Amino acid sequence: MVKTLPFEEPVIQLRDKITELKDFTSNADVDLSTEIQQLEDRLQKLETDIYDNMQPWDRVQVARHPERPTTLDYIREIFTDFIELHGDRSYGDDEAIVGGIAAFNGCPITVIGHQRGKDTKENIRRNFGMPHPEGYRKALRLMKQAEKFNRPIICFIDTKGAYPGKAAEERGQSEAIARNLVEMAGLKVPVISVVIGEGGSGGALALGVANHVHMLENSTYSVISPEGAASILWKDSSLAQQAAEAMKITAPDLKQMGIVDEIIQEAVGGAHRDTKQQAIYMKEALQRSIDTLSKLSKEELVNNRYEKFKSIGEFAE
Amino acid sequence: MIREIFSRNRKNKYATIPSNASKTDVPEGIMTKCPECKHIGLTKDLIKNKKVCPACDHHYKMTAYERVSIFIDEDTFVSMDDHLSTVNPLNFPGYTDKIKSDSEKTGLNEAVLTGTGLVNGRKVVVAIMDAHFRMGSMGSVVGEKITRAVEEATKQEVPFIIFTASGGARMQEGVLSLMQMAKTSVALNRHSERGQLFISILTHPTTGGVSASFASIGDINLAEPKALIGFAGRRVIEQTVREKLPENFQTAEFLLAHGQLDAVVHRSSMKETVSTLVKLHAKGGN
Ligand SMILES: [Zn+2]
Repeated sequence: MVKTLPFEEPVIQLRDKITELKDFTSNADVDLSTEIQQLEDRLQKLETDIYDNMQPWDRVQVARHPERPTTLDYIREIFTDFIELHGDRSYGDDEAIVGGIAAFNGCPITVIGHQRGKDTKENIRRNFGMPHPEGYRKALRLMKQAEKFNRPIICFIDTKGAYPGKAAEERGQSEAIARNLVEMAGLKVPVISVVIGEGGSGGALALGVANHVHMLENSTYSVISPEGAASILWKDSSLAQQAAEAMKITAPDLKQMGIVDEIIQEAVGGAHRDTKQQAIYMKEALQRSIDTLSKLSKEELVNNRYEKFKSIGEFAE
Repeated sequence: MIREIFSRNRKNKYATIPSNASKTDVPEGIMTKCPECKHIGLTKDLIKNKKVCPACDHHYKMTAYERVSIFIDEDTFVSMDDHLSTVNPLNFPGYTDKIKSDSEKTGLNEAVLTGTGLVNGRKVVVAIMDAHFRMGSMGSVVGEKITRAVEEATKQEVPFIIFTASGGARMQEGVLSLMQMAKTSVALNRHSERGQLFISILTHPTTGGVSASFASIGDINLAEPKALIGFAGRRVIEQTVREKLPENFQTAEFLLAHGQLDAVVHRSSMKETVSTLVKLHAKGGN
C-alpha cells in the first residue's frame, strides 16, 4: 500500500469507493454500472483537478515520498551491465552517493547519484542521502575516470543537502563541494544532471554543474530546505509551507529562471505510483540529451557549460 | 549559520564608547574598545595598526575600502562594475529596501568590491567581500561581479585574488543564489586552465555557500588568524551530532590543522606574503 499524501486524499477516497462498489456488484445481483461510470468520470476530473494544480508544498511532499524511486531504482530500470564502483581512494566509501559504469542503450556511461534508503536501516547506512566529503570525492573520481575513457556522465540529484556534521567539516566538506563545482566545469565529456527528488543546497549542486540540468516534474531544487528558510527568514520553521512558495523551488520555477533545461513528466500522482513508467520518461529525456550533446566537440562541451552557468542570475545594469 | 553570524557580528562590532567619552570629554568614535580583550585605545592608532588590537591581536572586521587601503598600492586601485545593481527576483518583501540601506551605509553597490590594482608594483585583479553589506551574502550581483573580475584577470593574464567574508547564500534570491557558486566556478576553471594564479584569502567570517565554492579552492588558500570558516553552522552541527564542539572548531587554526589551508597569515604581513607569492608565479620571472 503506497502512502497517501494529504492533498490527494479525495482522489484516493473516491478510488476506494469505486473499488468497493465494483466488488459489491460482482457478488450481488444488482446493476450499478451507471453509478460506477458516473463515479469514474468524477474521479478522472478530480485527478486532473488535483494533480494538474499541485501547489509547491504538494510537490515537496511528493518529492519526499518514502517510496519515490531513487538513483538505484533508475539505474536498475534504465541501464544494463551496471557495476558499482566504491570509494574515494583517500578516506572511505560514502554510501550516501553511489556510482559506477553501465551501458545506456548499448553505450557505456558513468552514472552517479545521491542514494537515500528505503527503510530506516538502509537510511542509517546511507545517512539519509546526505553525503560526507568522501562522497563528493568519490563522485569526482568517477567523473575524471569517465573523462579519461570518453564516457558521458549522468548524475541523479536527490539529497536534502550536505551533512551538517563535525567529521564532515573536519574532512573539508567546503573544499570537497567546491572542488566538484570547478572540476565539473572543465569536464570534456557530456554531463547530464537530473534532479529526481529533493535538490538541497551545495550537497545537490556538487553533482549539478552539467551541460543539461533536468528536473522531474515534482522534484525541488533549492538553496535551503523550506523548513530552514522559514526558520531563518521568519524564525519559525512551521511556516515551511509559505517558504516553499516564496523560495520558488519547483521545476516550473527553475525552468522559468533559466536554470533547468527540461522538466521530465511524472507518472500520474507522482513517480512513486509507477516506477516503470517513470523510468521510460527518464530514459527518453536522457537519450534526447545524449543525442544533442554527443554532437559537440570537447571544447564545445566545456564552453556550453560555461555559457549556461555564466548566464544564471538576475540583476540590473 | 546566518543567525549565528548575526549574533557574532553584534558582539564583534567594534564598539565605540560614548558613555566614557562624554565623561572624559572625548568625542564619540575617537576611542575604540576591543570586543575580545576590552582594551581601549585611540581609533586612529587602531586604524594605523590595520585594525588589529595591539593588546590581544584580535583582527577586527574591515570594510572593503579599508582592505584596499592596506593591500593595494596607493592610488592604483580602479574599481569595476559599480554600475551593477540588485533586483528582487523572488519579490521578497523588504529586500529592495535592505539593499538600498546597506548600499548607503557602505558606499558599495553590493557585498563585494572588485577592481584592478598593483600589489608592490605587480598588477592583480582583486575582489574584496564586505560583511557589512547583507553579511557578505552572495546573490546574483555578487556572483556576477566576482565572475567578471575572474574573467578580467584571465584576459589580462594576471593573478586573481579574493578576500572572502560572507555568511553564505543570499536567502532572498533563493536558488539563484545557490547557482552563483557554479557560475563563479566555471570562470575559475577557465582561469586555472589558462595556467593563471588564484589566491583565496579567507577572513572572518567565511561560511556556507561561499566557503563551499571559490573561497576553498585557491591555488593558495590563506586565512586571517581566528577567522570563522566552515560550511554548516556550529549550532546546527551541535544539534545534529548531539555533542559540544571544541572552542576552536571552524577557526582558521582548526582548518590549518585539518589540512584545509596553506597558511594562517597575520594581517600585518598579508600584503608581503601575497606579493611574494605573486612574484614567484610571474611569467618569465622577474
Ligand atoms: Zn584586544
